[in-house]
Amino acid sequence: MVFRSEEMCLAQLFLQSGSEYDCISELGELGLVEFRDLNPSVSSFQRRFVSEIKRCEEMERILGFLLREIQKAKIAVPQEDESPLAPPPRQVLEIMEQLQRLEMELSEVAKNKDKLQRNLLELTEYTHMLKITRTFIHSRSRVSLILTQPLYEEFPTMETDSATGSTGMQRLGAKLGFVSGLIQRVKVEAFERMLWRVCKGYTILSYTEVDESLADLDTGEISKSFVFLISFWGDQIGHKVQKICDCYHCHLYPHPENDEERADVLDSLRTRIQDLNNVLHRTDDYLRQVLQKAAESAYTWVVQVKKMKAIYHILNLCSFDVTNKCLIAEVWCPVSDLANLRGALEKGSRKGDATVPSFVNRIPSSDTPPTLLRSNKFTTGFQSIVEAYGVGDYREVSPAPYTVITFPFLFAVMFGDLGHGVIMSLFALWMVLTEKNQNKKRSSNEIWMTFFHGRYIILMMGLFSIYTGLIYNDCFSKSLNIFGSGWSVKAMFTNQHNKTVQTNALLTLDPNVSGVFSGPYPFGIDPIWNLAVNRLSFLNSYKMKMSVIVGVIHMSFGVVLSVFNHLHFRQKFSVYLLFLPELLFLICLFGYLVFMILYKWLAFSARNSSQAPSILIHFINMFLEFNLVGLISQTGMQVFLLLIAVMCVPVLLLGKPLYLYWQQRGGKGLRRLNISCTALQFDFADVLLHQAIHTIEFCLGCISNTASYLRLWALSLAHAQLSEVLWAMVMRLGFKVTTEVGVVFLVPVFGLFAMLTVSILLVMEGLSAFLHALRLHWVEFQNKFYHGTGVKFLPFDFSQLPSVFEQDGLL
Amino acid sequence: MVSHSLALPMICFTTLWALVGVVAPFLVPKGPNRGVIVTSLILTAVCCYLFWLVAILAQANPLFGPQLKNETIWYLQYYWE
Repeated sequence: MVFRSEEMCLAQLFLQSGSEYDCISELGELGLVEFRDLNPSVSSFQRRFVSEIKRCEEMERILGFLLREIQKAKIAVPQEDESPLAPPPRQVLEIMEQLQRLEMELSEVAKNKDKLQRNLLELTEYTHMLKITRTFIHSRSRVSLILTQPLYEEFPTMETDSATGSTGMQRLGAKLGFVSGLIQRVKVEAFERMLWRVCKGYTILSYTEVDESLADLDTGEISKSFVFLISFWGDQIGHKVQKICDCYHCHLYPHPENDEERADVLDSLRTRIQDLNNVLHRTDDYLRQVLQKAAESAYTWVVQVKKMKAIYHILNLCSFDVTNKCLIAEVWCPVSDLANLRGALEKGSRKGDATVPSFVNRIPSSDTPPTLLRSNKFTTGFQSIVEAYGVGDYREVSPAPYTVITFPFLFAVMFGDLGHGVIMSLFALWMVLTEKNQNKKRSSNEIWMTFFHGRYIILMMGLFSIYTGLIYNDCFSKSLNIFGSGWSVKAMFTNQHNKTVQTNALLTLDPNVSGVFSGPYPFGIDPIWNLAVNRLSFLNSYKMKMSVIVGVIHMSFGVVLSVFNHLHFRQKFSVYLLFLPELLFLICLFGYLVFMILYKWLAFSARNSSQAPSILIHFINMFLEFNLVGLISQTGMQVFLLLIAVMCVPVLLLGKPLYLYWQQRGGKGLRRLNISCTALQFDFADVLLHQAIHTIEFCLGCISNTASYLRLWALSLAHAQLSEVLWAMVMRLGFKVTTEVGVVFLVPVFGLFAMLTVSILLVMEGLSAFLHALRLHWVEFQNKFYHGTGVKFLPFDFSQLPSVFEQDGLL
Repeated sequence: MVSHSLALPMICFTTLWALVGVVAPFLVPKGPNRGVIVTSLILTAVCCYLFWLVAILAQANPLFGPQLKNETIWYLQYYWE
């Protein structure tokens, strides 16, 4: 990552026909350049290489079907580490053929399998039906006259009527017919009711549920069916029954006449079912074999087709030159990569068939190039959080290298806890050490991927939190006493015997008494403050002042960075008319505030604590009271600083517009800039308005932004208090129980403490501090110098292209 | 209750962070990441030194002392001294 974005140039590539495919393939592998669309007015259906793209899409369709079948059969697709290169056009036809053959084979096998399964289902249903109607017949013959319907007792003759599929029996001149079959469970009651209404009692319906649930092939759902047996008298009733059965989609099967026939049919059915099962198994095995073989090359094909399609898209962006023999492409290329670009073109030309090599030609351009900032795996995270605000203008100073340190630092100021910092660092360290495995796994859980992409950010945040935790002397809300406290209780209370201590619940240590305070704790906050009741009085004052100091320094740093922008864009006047007034305004007012803070810390001690002034009152009085008496005294100096600050405002407001106006009118000594200035459209009112907005924003912003940095105090206070509450209300309870039960009781108490620490203090507070630190960067720091209105450089790179199949989860 | 001076920690930590922020940038090997590493070292030194400095200056001349419960005072009398 660098100070500012890289220098880019516009280049023209002349690709000889015959080698253009290979050249672009090379460029795609390297990811060097960004192609510009030279045919913006042409619709995508009229472009040159539409048929090739259609072919690629056809192949992708077949590959999608193939991958879905492979996934259904639960076969894993092996992925290679090295991605294969894009295939040359002659290999494309081979792949296309292979894919089409596979598709045909698979669909045939699938069709056959479907037919076999349907057959199997029918036979199974028939078997069930036969078995169950057997019980009907036998039970019915033993049933007494409970039923009001007349029952048949004798079967004189039987004739099979194959046309209606029912068996007829002669009895008393009327023909007794049987219809048997299967019906779905949900339709049974309606079926019965319909039969009753239509046939008016000339039918007997008996049905039972089938134990096994069968799959309905058309819808694929598994449902329960009922076997039914209808016995009826008369032909017409027979027709009506037939029609009703058709209406309710029943599966009808011929009813056997007697038991021997039934047994014969059952036997034959059994053998047929066995055969069918065999065939089905074999079909499954064959299908699996085919899919296994296809799975081996599936990944290669997917990558090859993806690369091919991308290359043809790029070729569509190019235009043909006059002689129609070579393609012209316009690319944005970083100046430092021009040599690599030439090398890639040479390599591509060698692979291709062209006699003349392709070459590159740099052309001047007045368009703004896109912004490229190179980053490694560590800095990518920080780069992305800066770019979430806005991609920098071309060749603008980038805040990203500073964000690497200041962002975790500001986070840690708000999060400062040693124990929590250690946990966060360990978590991030684990993610960093196992990053190779995680990259291979490519999980689809978005939240986890977000955390994983920010692993270096979290690591830095954790490490800085350890440091600030040591300074705040806060480890799970307890303080560490490493060096020995600087406050002495003995020295305060030796001469007073135990009476004073006994009678008063709260006593204050007075630093004026000799021996009580013997020097500041060398590293961080003194551990005695953790035991003190008035702890927050001291800490609040300390943290608020610390926040203001950090804030003013951070903002001044931002203003200083704007100098580099002014100098680069050759606006030296901006240094005097923008940067200087801004810096003076900031320093004279808020730099003075910081000075007052430091002075009060150094000059006033417990001896003259009664005279120690309140900084805030002093600062406000600086604006309200104008006392010109005595220029050398403090009031005098304050007036002087205030005057400087106030004078900066009109300079900031009017300086730049007036200067530009004077320049346009042809100011002395600026003859050579005359031409460029008149070429520009100079609108005085526009510039003045712009500058007025900027002035108001800056001056009011100074005050509000400085106050905004007080969130550093607020969040660290919230974190410390939450931590203390958690300890006092959860962990202390576990320690209070002193018997042996206490040991056992401590285990769930610790579990609860750990869970609440992670969920509330680490996750919630962590996200909150992250957000606030981000806001401080984006608003308070970056609006001092950063514009962020640029376009990002998106190179043509195969590894950056998303794969449709990966998104569907098929690969 | 240990007697702490202001001068000793001041010298120690100033030299420490000066080493990190001023000397270490010259020891970074040349490579594509040199700029980032040098910037990071300087910024770390500045931030951490500033933070430590503010903490110690805020306690150098305390205007008031800690207010303790009498149980704490008993405990500290016998345990810390």
